[in-house]
Amino acid sequence: MNIHEYQAKELLRRYGVPVPEGRVAATVAEAVAASNQLPGPVRVVKAQIHAGGRGKAGGVRLCRDVTEVEAAAAAVLGSRLVTHQNGPDGTVVRKLWIEQGTEIADELYLAVVLDPARESLCVVASPSGGMDIEAVAAETPERIHVAFPDAAGKLWPHQAREILFACGLNARQVAAGTDIILKLYLLCLDTDATLAEINPLAVDAEGRLLALDAKMNFDDSALGRHPDIAELADPGEADAWELRSAELGISYVRLGGSIGTLVNGAGLAMATMDAIAQAGGEAANFLDAGGGADASRISAGFALMLSDPNVRGILVNIFGGILRCDIVAEGVVQAARELDLQLPLVVRMEGTNVDQARAILAESGLAIHTAVTMTEAAAMVVELTKEGMQ
Amino acid sequence: MSIFIDENTRVLVHGLTGREGMFHSRQMLDYGTQIVGGVTPGKGGSECLGLPVFNTAKEAVAATGATVSVIFVPASASADSACEAAAAGVELVVIISEHIPVLDMIRCKKFCADHGTRIIGPNCPGLISPGKCKIGIQPGYIHKRGGIGLISRSGTLTYEAVHQLSGAGLGQSTCVGIGGDPVPGMKFVDLLRLFRDDAETEAVCLIGEIGGDNEERAARYIAETGYPKKVFGFIAGLTAPAGKRMGHAGAIVSGSKGRGVDKVRALRDAGVIIIDDLGRFGETVARGLA
Repeated sequence: MNIHEYQAKELLRRYGVPVPEGRVAATVAEAVAASNQLPGPVRVVKAQIHAGGRGKAGGVRLCRDVTEVEAAAAAVLGSRLVTHQNGPDGTVVRKLWIEQGTEIADELYLAVVLDPARESLCVVASPSGGMDIEAVAAETPERIHVAFPDAAGKLWPHQAREILFACGLNARQVAAGTDIILKLYLLCLDTDATLAEINPLAVDAEGRLLALDAKMNFDDSALGRHPDIAELADPGEADAWELRSAELGISYVRLGGSIGTLVNGAGLAMATMDAIAQAGGEAANFLDAGGGADASRISAGFALMLSDPNVRGILVNIFGGILRCDIVAEGVVQAARELDLQLPLVVRMEGTNVDQARAILAESGLAIHTAVTMTEAAAMVVELTKEGMQ
Repeated sequence: MSIFIDENTRVLVHGLTGREGMFHSRQMLDYGTQIVGGVTPGKGGSECLGLPVFNTAKEAVAATGATVSVIFVPASASADSACEAAAAGVELVVIISEHIPVLDMIRCKKFCADHGTRIIGPNCPGLISPGKCKIGIQPGYIHKRGGIGLISRSGTLTYEAVHQLSGAGLGQSTCVGIGGDPVPGMKFVDLLRLFRDDAETEAVCLIGEIGGDNEERAARYIAETGYPKKVFGFIAGLTAPAGKRMGHAGAIVSGSKGRGVDKVRALRDAGVIIIDDLGRFGETVARGLA
């Protein structure tokens, strides 16, 4: 789960990491009021959306006075911000973060992130702040400095000092930065965060360190024990289909193609998308109704898949284990009737009670195409979908 | 014996008295698995499916001599149960549960390693040595005894592959679901090592997917050690977009990392026979072994 910059900064502030003073605003009037409460003349107006690349997309604006803040807020609030991360549809900006301007002398990159391969959180620091860290790692790996906690999960101050000195900070800044790193690490441990990124960590004109941006990601599986973090979720950021599927307990990702897929199991669902591509088509979605799906889940998945107007043909691919194929077949027939399905439908089932299942489909009187192998099923649905679109 | 388990393996079910635990225990018993008891705190002294239930894993292991634990408790308590089983002295813990917090899993792995206990899963269907012992939630009947060792990150995709292998006359020595989480217990390399020394295993099938680098590590291990058995590989998610989690917590392409094409290339370069078409999984393996 991702959160907004303003929420991440509030968490950082609570843990004692220095952040510039700021206020959140949902209207132009609130933005003006927020601006009037902040010290100094310069303000930064920042669109609060989860996607990165906001600056280049015009979502971060430097303002010299309150009139400029008002104009920037009016322009950005309610606009659809398209960045390289959320394109092509972009995200509507519903909130702004109005922040006191900082005079930047230098910028660093700092993050605590989960490294699944090393099975540990780790600290990553770089003197190349404010840039895409993946690009820095690829082009100038010598500018990336990493520290891992010890076997008992303790991160020692000397580890933080080492990487901060390596980033070229002076002794006073290293002391402040060490404090920030240890607090950031503690925040991740306390909240099951898998990423806490400060990019950039600025050195201001007085030589102080400040988190100018903040991005956090949390382990979805741990949200149950962090109700305060779970509350920070912004439903406005999720795509409508993904929200609905989450409510149904179905795993769904919308893709670009025209062939709707309904599968039980994530691996098989991915393999089904791939098989469609090999047959010359493109899947409209990834849909995993769950390894333990029942008829009602199949039926709900059907409705969800069909709510995508791009869908021109459907492939249902089920391997029945504990979930019996005859139950799935009943669910498919019921859904096709209830939704008055007019699109070509290919059903491929294998496993427990598959013969009964095929009989149910055949006797339904519906125009359901059946296939035995996945290869055959993919070719069939691609062909039928093409015909239907001509 | 096959790797880990055989007809004499004594199995403890954590969460035996729960809905999932009881349902799948019945299926395992029907398959012939020697379940010797269950652990449910607070229900010690009772019986379930005719088996004794214990309050703690320590009591259960002492009373039954169990060497393998299978975990069916809710995700929030699964890592704790796995550690409890390890501390009680079982050799292997199989964690079926999905949605275990990743930091719990990391700590659990360290704890179990300290006790010399190995972990399969979480978020997996379990493992099965056909005709001998089934520990997990797989449909037992699709399996057939034979010489293929199978390692997979997925559930139903594995059943699909197993069904085709059995259909092609290729039985399995042991099928292991290592699970779809970003931090699994045993990984491809750990299992490849065991299958290497297993007399019953003639060839190995790896079923991987996008996310992480465990397939690449397996490729490196196969190449560097001159792996003596034929290895077949299938990777799911070649057409998955970057930045989207595809069902499994671990199935995500992050930037340029974890892409399916890179995994296929690494495995192929290591001499692994790639199965391009899942619909011809059994056929491809049969041809490769002919």
